[in-house]
Amino acid sequence: MTNTTQLKLSAANIRKMALEAIHSAKSGHPGGSLSAADILAYLYMSEMNIDPKNPKDPNRDRFVLSKGHAAPGLYATLAERGFIPKVDIKTFRKAESYLQGHPDMKGVPGVDMSTGSLGQGISAACGIALAGKLDKKDYRVFTILGDGECEEGQVWEAAMFAAHYKLDNLTAFLDFNGLQIDGDITKVMNPTPFDKKFEAFNWNVICIDGHDYTQIEKAVEDAKACKGKPTIIIANTVKGKGVSFMENQAGWHGNAPSDEQYEQAIKELDEYINSLGGAC
Amino acid sequence: MYTIGEKKATREAYGAALAEFGCDERVVVLDADLSKSTKTDSFLKVYPERFFNCGIAEGNMLSVAAGMSTCGKVVFASSFAMFAAGRAFEQVRNSIGYPKLNVKIGATHAGISVGEDGATHQCLEDMGIMRTIPNMVILNPADAAEARLAVKAAIDYEGPVYLRFGRLAVPTIFGEDYKFEIGKGVQLAEGKDVTIIATGLMVPYALEAKTVLNNQGIDARVVNIHTIKPIDRDIIIKAAKETGAIVTAEEHNIIGGLGSAVAEVLAEGCPVPIERVGTRDEFGRSGTPAKLFEIYGLDTKTIVEKAKTVIGRK
Repeated sequence: MTNTTQLKLSAANIRKMALEAIHSAKSGHPGGSLSAADILAYLYMSEMNIDPKNPKDPNRDRFVLSKGHAAPGLYATLAERGFIPKVDIKTFRKAESYLQGHPDMKGVPGVDMSTGSLGQGISAACGIALAGKLDKKDYRVFTILGDGECEEGQVWEAAMFAAHYKLDNLTAFLDFNGLQIDGDITKVMNPTPFDKKFEAFNWNVICIDGHDYTQIEKAVEDAKACKGKPTIIIANTVKGKGVSFMENQAGWHGNAPSDEQYEQAIKELDEYINSLGGAC
Repeated sequence: MYTIGEKKATREAYGAALAEFGCDERVVVLDADLSKSTKTDSFLKVYPERFFNCGIAEGNMLSVAAGMSTCGKVVFASSFAMFAAGRAFEQVRNSIGYPKLNVKIGATHAGISVGEDGATHQCLEDMGIMRTIPNMVILNPADAAEARLAVKAAIDYEGPVYLRFGRLAVPTIFGEDYKFEIGKGVQLAEGKDVTIIATGLMVPYALEAKTVLNNQGIDARVVNIHTIKPIDRDIIIKAAKETGAIVTAEEHNIIGGLGSAVAEVLAEGCPVPIERVGTRDEFGRSGTPAKLFEIYGLDTKTIVEKAKTVIGRK
């Protein structure tokens, strides 16, 4: 593993850039971008076999952001990893930009699947994993699901499919931050328990703290070692993680910060970066 | 491959063509528990390793198809038109149409010729639905020979294609020398008084109508439009200019399909009178296909009447 401090710095940079994108666009989804930032940092900075100079390499590992509204988090991660220039982040959601409100595989190097409509990304990830099996390639496919997204029936169609075809090259993270647009997921339409449901669908189920790199790494290694089953890593996360006033607030699902709030958020993240020993 | 006059459903030709052209190793076939009906089981018998049953979960199937296509596969995803275009519309739009992926939607049991299963399974909206999706090519073959060529053309074309097939055995009308090119209409008979523009199973009725009209002293041109999108504007405008009146005929709602597409071309390019044959914004019902074609006016008699009406409007 890249050392934990490096990953923490990368995740902080990803959080800053995601907020820069949203603030600049005056719209977008901060809460779920911040909750998934540590998983994204781990996958792109430490785990995945990818090359920013060759984003279409047929042997590369694939990533599908099933919860496509966390696009600012994904674009920030691609910028951090060198797929796109960091200066482009502030063009997010603007008419002249290639950085669409939700991920567009045709426009953005490093985006493996266009997503945004919930439930479809995990199915596409299944298709990519199945093609890998068919072609006897050893690439791995990662996806991140939202917890609210699991209210979509298609997630469970995909869950059935992945287990049926023994897609052990597929690892899904569930960004379990507990909040969706209208509030607490258990109050809006309770999709829990996730672990028992995925177990019943014949998946390998691992529950972790989605902000702890040691746990993320161990879960990914366990997923790779598991044969004959897809793996779901149920990652307990904090919506809005890293910015005090955004944490655990459903209101920050899809709202942009004001200038003042943005400055405050960047100040907090910069202080965190300084506490780690400076920018990387 | 098929003998003129031989009765064969276009879905049969679809399955056979998948087996025939499946030697292209990029071809993968998905089905949603209907392989015996959609006839993709013909492919399954030859290439079981490239056939994947997705169960009764069409939304997932279309998105899986999208994912596989990003890995270089030419993916045929099959179900009844009702479920492929209806239930899975949004997966087709967002996972396939928007990124312009190389997925072929093999939709069988289109139209009222489904017969006894009734309204819930008679898809009369699919061409209209699919026509609204940017990047989508729509092919609606008239017979087994054309269905075979449509499958080959879809494999050779890079991008999303919606292929529409029927359940009912219909006469083969095209011979070995028939040429099929995506986006190119085919003039089947010359005529100067009116043009009947038909698609799919209505093409043989259009040819019959020409004979009937001919006996009444009316010289009708017949054009087959197998590609609903992109539609062949040139052949439509030429027919409008040279015959001055158009009748469209389709096994589909007159809203959204061939009739609408032709009306749009005429309104913008050469406004001449048009009459549309098709279901008139109504649901189907159970019955034999022959009886339903009569009830809903999808027949030679109706085409002849509309031809006379439209000539009177010149």
